[in-house]
Amino acid sequence: MPKKDSSLKLNRRKFLAAAAVAGATGAVNPAKSATAPAPDAQQRLPSALPPNAHVAAVENGTPQMPSHDNGTPGSDFMVDVIKTLDIKYLPANPAASYRGLHESLINYGKNTMPEFLTCMHEESAVGMCHGYFKATGKPLMTLVHGVVGLQHATMAVYNAWCDRVPVLIIGGNDLDAAHRPPGVPTFHSGQDINAIVRDYTKWDDSPVSSQHFAQSFVRMYKIATTPPYGPVMMALDAVLQNEPIRDFGEKLYIPKFFPSAPPQGDSGAVKEAARLLANAERPVIVVDRAARTPDGVKLLVELAELLQAPVVDQGNRMNFPNTHPLSRPSNVVSQADVVIGMELSDYWATVNGFIDNGNNGFGQNITKTKPGTKLISISSVDLITKSNYQDFQRFQSIDVAIPGDAEATLPALIEAVKSAISSDRKDAMTKRGDAIRQAHAKGLDATKQAAAVAWDASPINTARLVMETYAQIKDLDWSLVSTAGNTSNWANRLWPIEKHHQWLGWSGGYGVGYGAPASVGAALGNRDQGRFSVSIQSDGDLMYAPGVLWTAARHKIPLLAVMHNNRGYHQEVMHLQRLSNFRNRVVNIGNDLGPIGTSIMNPDIQYHELAKSMGWWAKGPIVDPADLGPAIKEAVAVVKDGQPALVNVMTQPR
Amino acid sequence: MRFVRVPVAPALVALVAFAASFGPGSALAASAEKGKAAYIQFGCWQCHDYNGQGVSTSNGRVIARTAMPLDAFIAFVRTTDGAMPPYRPPVLSDEDLGDIYAYLQSLPEPKAASDIPLLKNDVRSQ
Repeated sequence: MPKKDSSLKLNRRKFLAAAAVAGATGAVNPAKSATAPAPDAQQRLPSALPPNAHVAAVENGTPQMPSHDNGTPGSDFMVDVIKTLDIKYLPANPAASYRGLHESLINYGKNTMPEFLTCMHEESAVGMCHGYFKATGKPLMTLVHGVVGLQHATMAVYNAWCDRVPVLIIGGNDLDAAHRPPGVPTFHSGQDINAIVRDYTKWDDSPVSSQHFAQSFVRMYKIATTPPYGPVMMALDAVLQNEPIRDFGEKLYIPKFFPSAPPQGDSGAVKEAARLLANAERPVIVVDRAARTPDGVKLLVELAELLQAPVVDQGNRMNFPNTHPLSRPSNVVSQADVVIGMELSDYWATVNGFIDNGNNGFGQNITKTKPGTKLISISSVDLITKSNYQDFQRFQSIDVAIPGDAEATLPALIEAVKSAISSDRKDAMTKRGDAIRQAHAKGLDATKQAAAVAWDASPINTARLVMETYAQIKDLDWSLVSTAGNTSNWANRLWPIEKHHQWLGWSGGYGVGYGAPASVGAALGNRDQGRFSVSIQSDGDLMYAPGVLWTAARHKIPLLAVMHNNRGYHQEVMHLQRLSNFRNRVVNIGNDLGPIGTSIMNPDIQYHELAKSMGWWAKGPIVDPADLGPAIKEAVAVVKDGQPALVNVMTQPR
Repeated sequence: MRFVRVPVAPALVALVAFAASFGPGSALAASAEKGKAAYIQFGCWQCHDYNGQGVSTSNGRVIARTAMPLDAFIAFVRTTDGAMPPYRPPVLSDEDLGDIYAYLQSLPEPKAASDIPLLKNDVRSQ
């Protein structure tokens, strides 16, 4: 082994500087290299050529600090672009691959429009964007580390996709394999980072110039916010963020954003739909994400009253007031001769049923509607169907299918229905409406009585959980931002939900872990509008990424989280019981209450302590129903004062 | 067919203790007391909650103080092909079912909603 020569030792800075100069010299003086004497084949070659005079001067002189001030960084221009689009917040987890843009946002951009909100998980950041949009109708953007950060974010992106919510996602990336730092940054770089979300985003791009960024950012905003809404993705190269803006001989410009009109249904198909509805004996209106805005609610009320038809609100948005006498449960489709479904996430399951109880392991399909029932659909999602993920659900044959945005199509449909209703139908329609009103009142009485069963039980009845909560917030401008976990839909069944912001719907893709971050995001949006935010927060959902509690406290986002702490992944509890029964086996519960692997107990998680540790006001565990109202009252006062508060309640399973 | 039975004795101790912690019944007849533990052990609570209140939908009806006669109750549990999966004798014996039935009958009569202020005054109305 050759002996080490101490004279070869160089410090890192000198070595790099020398190497750079040598490389540059070689690059610009190829002729010199070519004329160098050929080494004697018999002579042992040195491991390195002796330095020339310039290199020696560099090695022996005081090294110059490299300059990073070579002009305006590309990321400053990116901030200028972002600021044109009125994006108020940017929830994100910090990451090196977008450090150039991050620095520009907080220094050049003064951390306003957007304001950076520190998140502890990318899934939380996207979930916050998701909830914020549903509370405000305005999209947010997030930044993610290109590979691992985006991998963290994916489930939340899928939820946003399925829930038709725009989220602008930028993933930092470092494409240049020859110049990016080795090691960790290279692990965190990819050829095509967008690939893992391409199946559940509306559009993605990887700009290669500042002007390209400007066009693509405005384009992605426009695509995301044109119904049907959806998340969009951009891979942003580190070099593009960091290098000075290059001069291609043309002045950079920021394209002006003009919103696109939502797609409206075909006029001929709308007339045919109106004809069927106007002449139906028992038309039923089913809505899921039909009301994108409060105007959508008004239009649906107008259509329902015009037809005197029952409305089934499937609840992925607040579409129709549940206090309206034409509001009815889903079983009314069995009486229908015409069903119109608007922005349904699953038309098949609206008019059919699946019972997970078949002898062959495949379950049973049942038809809910009568033979000959005519089906009408208005859905913008027909315009963006993709292949891989199955959010399009089972195929349902539709008599009149209208690809288009329901809310945008409703005015034309209402006018067409007015024209199609003949005067001799009006008496029959009035009688139909009276019958629906009676059924509505009867159904409400039955629901209230069902809620009364085991009212004083401990663990606490979920109907009581939601009504004790409602009693404390009913006089506020409240917004129920999420009900994670299964509380048997009591809040939607018992609370008067009449305004669009009073119920924001579920996750979309049923990816557990949506509730906590979406609630915080929605509460952020509601905070700025002076509304009071409340969530029913389940235990399993919270534990996916509880760091979002810290984000809420850090950024003073007021939210009342009432825990539905049933100490289990309850959906899975029931699945294991079902499969064990089918196989004639006693389900193995170990030392817990539910099947092994489904309980969250032994030890019980002290959610109130968890919340306190992250800066929340919290109280619990509440086991006596008599203690619940006073605890929530205290929490409401804290939230009204601008802070988040959590009440940990030991509840019945569902 | 070979049926797998799991040792349940340690779990049963915990279940009886847990069952005693909710609802009425500490002074109930033995069968109702055993039925309360069986109700937990065999997972009835999963859809019908700990006190048989259910959620008043097809996926968990109210079964507290069920009006169904015992024979019909057992027949339903054995053969259901609806939302509820069937419990056959290798999983749940007739004796256990009888105890569960006794437990359900022992539950108190629910209050009238009109007697509960939160359901009388605050709930949605027309």
